[in-house]
Amino acid sequence: MSDISFVRTEMLPQQEPPASSVGVIGWMRENLFSGWFNSVLSVVSGLFIFYVVGSILGWAWSPTWSATSLNECREIGAALGHEGHGACWGVIRDRWVQLIFGFYPPESYWRPILAFILLAVALAPVLFADKVSGKLIYLTAAYPFIMPFLLWGGTIWGPLAAAAGFAIGYFVYKAVDQAAGSLAAVIAAVVAALIWWLFLAGPVSGGLAGILPIGVEPVDSRNFGGMMLSITIGVVAIACSLPIGIVLALGRQSDLLIVKALCVGFIEFIRGVPLITLLFVASTLLNIFMPPGTNFDIIMRVIIMATLFSSAYMAEVIRGGLAALPKGQYEGADSLGLNYWQSQRLIIMPQALKISIPGIVSTFIGLFKDTTLVSVIGLLDPLGLSNAIRADADWNGVVWELYGFIALMFFVFCFSMSRYSMYLERKLRTDHR
Amino acid sequence: MTTLTDPPKESFRLSMLIYDTRYRSMTIQVVAMIGFMILIGWLVSNTAQNLQDLGKEPSFRFLGEPAGYDINQRLVDYNNQNTHLRAAVVGLLNTLLVAVMGCVTATVLGVIIGVLRLSKNWLIAKLMTIYVETFRNVPVLLWIVFSMAILIETLPAPKAFRGENPEATMKLFDTVAFTNRGVYVPEPLFSRSLGNVPLFGDSSFRFDISLDLIAFLVALGLGLFVRHKIKTRADRIQEATGDRPTTWYLSLGAVAVPVLAVLVALGFHLGYPHLKGFNFTGGTHMRNSLIALWLALSLYTAAFIAENVRAGILAISKGQTEAAAALGLRSNRIMSLVILPQALRVIIPPLISQYLNLTKNSSLAIAVGYMDLTGTLMGITLNQTGRELETVLLGMMIYLAISLGISVVMNWYNNRVKLVER
Amino acid sequence: MKKSVFLGALTVAGLAAGAAAAGTLDDVKARGKLNCGVTTGLVGFAAPDANGHWEGFDVGVCRAVAAAVLGDPEAVEFVPTTGKTRFTALASGEVDLLARNTTWTFSRDVDLKFEFVGVNYYDGQGFMVPKELGVSSAKELDGATVCIQTGTTTELNLADFFRANNISYEPVPIETNAEAQQQFLAGACDVYTTDASGLAATRATFENPGDYVVLPEIISKEPLGPLVRHGDAEWGDIARWSLNALIAAEELGITSANIEELSKGTNNPEINRILGTEGTLGEMLGLDKDWAKRAILAGGNYGELFEKNIGEATPIGLARGLNAQWTDGGLLYTPPFR
Repeated sequence: MSDISFVRTEMLPQQEPPASSVGVIGWMRENLFSGWFNSVLSVVSGLFIFYVVGSILGWAWSPTWSATSLNECREIGAALGHEGHGACWGVIRDRWVQLIFGFYPPESYWRPILAFILLAVALAPVLFADKVSGKLIYLTAAYPFIMPFLLWGGTIWGPLAAAAGFAIGYFVYKAVDQAAGSLAAVIAAVVAALIWWLFLAGPVSGGLAGILPIGVEPVDSRNFGGMMLSITIGVVAIACSLPIGIVLALGRQSDLLIVKALCVGFIEFIRGVPLITLLFVASTLLNIFMPPGTNFDIIMRVIIMATLFSSAYMAEVIRGGLAALPKGQYEGADSLGLNYWQSQRLIIMPQALKISIPGIVSTFIGLFKDTTLVSVIGLLDPLGLSNAIRADADWNGVVWELYGFIALMFFVFCFSMSRYSMYLERKLRTDHR
Repeated sequence: MTTLTDPPKESFRLSMLIYDTRYRSMTIQVVAMIGFMILIGWLVSNTAQNLQDLGKEPSFRFLGEPAGYDINQRLVDYNNQNTHLRAAVVGLLNTLLVAVMGCVTATVLGVIIGVLRLSKNWLIAKLMTIYVETFRNVPVLLWIVFSMAILIETLPAPKAFRGENPEATMKLFDTVAFTNRGVYVPEPLFSRSLGNVPLFGDSSFRFDISLDLIAFLVALGLGLFVRHKIKTRADRIQEATGDRPTTWYLSLGAVAVPVLAVLVALGFHLGYPHLKGFNFTGGTHMRNSLIALWLALSLYTAAFIAENVRAGILAISKGQTEAAAALGLRSNRIMSLVILPQALRVIIPPLISQYLNLTKNSSLAIAVGYMDLTGTLMGITLNQTGRELETVLLGMMIYLAISLGISVVMNWYNNRVKLVER
Repeated sequence: MKKSVFLGALTVAGLAAGAAAAGTLDDVKARGKLNCGVTTGLVGFAAPDANGHWEGFDVGVCRAVAAAVLGDPEAVEFVPTTGKTRFTALASGEVDLLARNTTWTFSRDVDLKFEFVGVNYYDGQGFMVPKELGVSSAKELDGATVCIQTGTTTELNLADFFRANNISYEPVPIETNAEAQQQFLAGACDVYTTDASGLAATRATFENPGDYVVLPEIISKEPLGPLVRHGDAEWGDIARWSLNALIAAEELGITSANIEELSKGTNNPEINRILGTEGTLGEMLGLDKDWAKRAILAGGNYGELFEKNIGEATPIGLARGLNAQWTDGGLLYTPPFR
């Protein structure tokens, strides 16, 4: 018998995968046309994208950048043979500075720009703690005084006097702490700082300004407008709401019945009413609630209401952070013999705040978007300005270009922030597991 | 020799209020309470002083005066001789209408989009991502004015329907008219109507309940009840014998027969919109302010809900999908029968806050002239009467009540579906 | 951590907050700026240009008062107000003068405790329709969809008109003129109703103004004028007579071109009294003798302001009509400067 073997002894070379499962075609089969339903979906959405992008491009492709009025745009459009279907970009060229800075004096544009660049620098130690030097934290501490000085201008002594209040409080605390114990020291420090702010800071800074007039030209907050106004309201309100939010969150978690009831009542009230009604309060009622003769300007009042608004949301975010901390952290702090405030300050808050940063960023995004509501009460934020611009005889009738530009500005800001927040969430997750 | 002595009887000293933890919490609470009272008292006295200076006296009497203005969309009878209170009620109903419509559509859209974002189809998944990011990152007010502008600019005006060769025609077999004033759809009419029953007498809260509607609902309820009975019986037979009797025609009949009977008895027919004078008449008119607001709120909120849904689905462990697949379920049934019901528990709490947000955002209606509570009570009424304090506070209280109502209902539902922890 | 932003801002605001109890004139002088409430934007009446400089007919009144009081027509802070916020802004002292095409009505004057210092534009509510509708009278508007600008007396007038004529309509309330215009042009409403001046101003900016007509009916009287708070008669007088000075200047032929020459002295005693070369009118108001001269120089006399901002040479193209001097058959008639 001959030795016939049907067993192959050597390996065959690996075959190329079929053309239909690799490369572009394979990818498309896998991801777009797997099954009739997916194919239909892909085709429909492809057509949809084509239609939308096509019509937007067809509209946007319009050489009207240099037009100085809507009529000129219409003439350019008519000359090109598409009447009434082209964008009129002249309005953006004419007004983009106004949409960003409002009525801020043009020679001082460097101030808001610097303020917001410094904001990014000051936030860096908090947001990118691992990438920048820790020394920057001093700038972060000083920033709350630099920003009002840069934006509102005036004498440098005002913010310095406000900062001095903290220094005074600190020294009083140190002094009394030796003599009479920590609780009395805290009370004494708070009282001293309050006395300084309420009665002494004004005259002292006024006097110093008289002697050494260092400062920049003051700018009324009425001149704030456009994107700058939105950012200012958002940033100031969020920054101020952080401490209030922490207090509210602690109050809501505490065992003290009355304190808890007050905090819950405040938080639920603020979260239960629309922001627009709070803005109505700012525009029509806040002056009635204040002592006769007080007169905050409207932007200050809006900032106050926005602060109250966001502090309720901030409290909930921080409460979430507190709840997310493992119970062992609280017990560990207790077992070290730390009292309530010590354990909050040294153990709980640093961790809880860190966990809450993504939440704080999304609260900020929400508030920042909601600043457009101030247009309803007559402030000239980007949306309000778009109405004012359309009231100019030159641009009466422009719609899409302005809305599109404003939407784009908001999108750029909010999208980048939400990306950052996601990045942070990922980073924090790996830290803890 | 030592004698046991009782520990010294502590006498109460004032400093114990601060240093003794037993009393300190009391002290803090009392201080907080006093501080709160002082704050309230300060605000009230300021307000009283200011109002006196302005010569205004806080009073809600203006609510009983004739409003004098007209409201286009009214779910209950209203004319310009009715009171401001009635106008506020009309506005409140409009708020509730758009909030309910918005919540329903936002949920449906959000679930679909959230599921599609996880689709294996690359194009669809990317498209949905773009949708979510675009809508989430642009202010809702901008979306509202945007959708209004789109409705106005792209849909034909009623005059385009006129003439021998109209530029626009009615859609769906000449029953629905899409115009830039809104959508006109056929309305249900009853030729042998039972009439209306007024509730709450002659007060500002008076509204009419249509007896036809009640008859219809009763018939429907009856049908559903019978259907339920049929189903339980079928279940019982199935459990006893293993065979499930075919009941779909019985079920259908049980629901359809009483409903149809009532409709025929009442002389049900549809009223179609038709062009007359300046506008379409007949049919139900959904104004474009309502549609724009509804659309913008639903699309905006849907983007957030989609994210919640996606997070909820991702939170369900992969083993569930695999186990379901091992049972031979198809992927869409896995989603609807296994994943979504479990994801629901994760989804509902954030969903509640999205509903609340949507309801509160509906107050932006004034941007498109939808006459909701903000537009009537805190809008025209405020302008006409100059009663800022009363109108704004009343409006806030109403919104607060709505929000709390939604929270209560949704939390009740959440507790019902929540996994009972062992 | 950042509480101090708030506190710092509060301190700044606290410093800025003056006691409103003192006379408005003293406040304005101490502040060095006049706070003037205007609309958030209405073509021809008040709108900021690309540099943020406010211009318009109402703005002209603000500038005239600022010039009279402070000597500088630019010393004005313009506070944009909406229909809802304007009265609160004035009542709370946030603005010293409200020049926001506000209709002078009994209840605003008496119940809301304001003082109208005069009328700078006699207006009335009218209707605008597309020509192709073939409507020639507002009474033919049965069943029409009407766009209304809210926040004014417009809604009430409209409701009254349609009720009186026993015809029905569908109101579409709209917040701003720009949006109303958009809806009207797209055919989302058949009729646009607001003050006739606003209608003309809006129509002027249309692509084809000829396709639209303003109906002859004027359904209401809308005397628009600047107003101040009740209870500060000195300040009210200043605002009133600054406005009157503008009107009288046109009547007497004082323009921004010839004012320098006239202020050297003329043989018309009234001109001399206005321009301060005779008498002590300025001192009586608590101002100096050149107050009216500065007010007129700020933007010209009433006629000049009118022509520059809303007159026939502008795109808005309003005719003087009721707003002509009484000598030309209009209603402008100032009390004598004596």
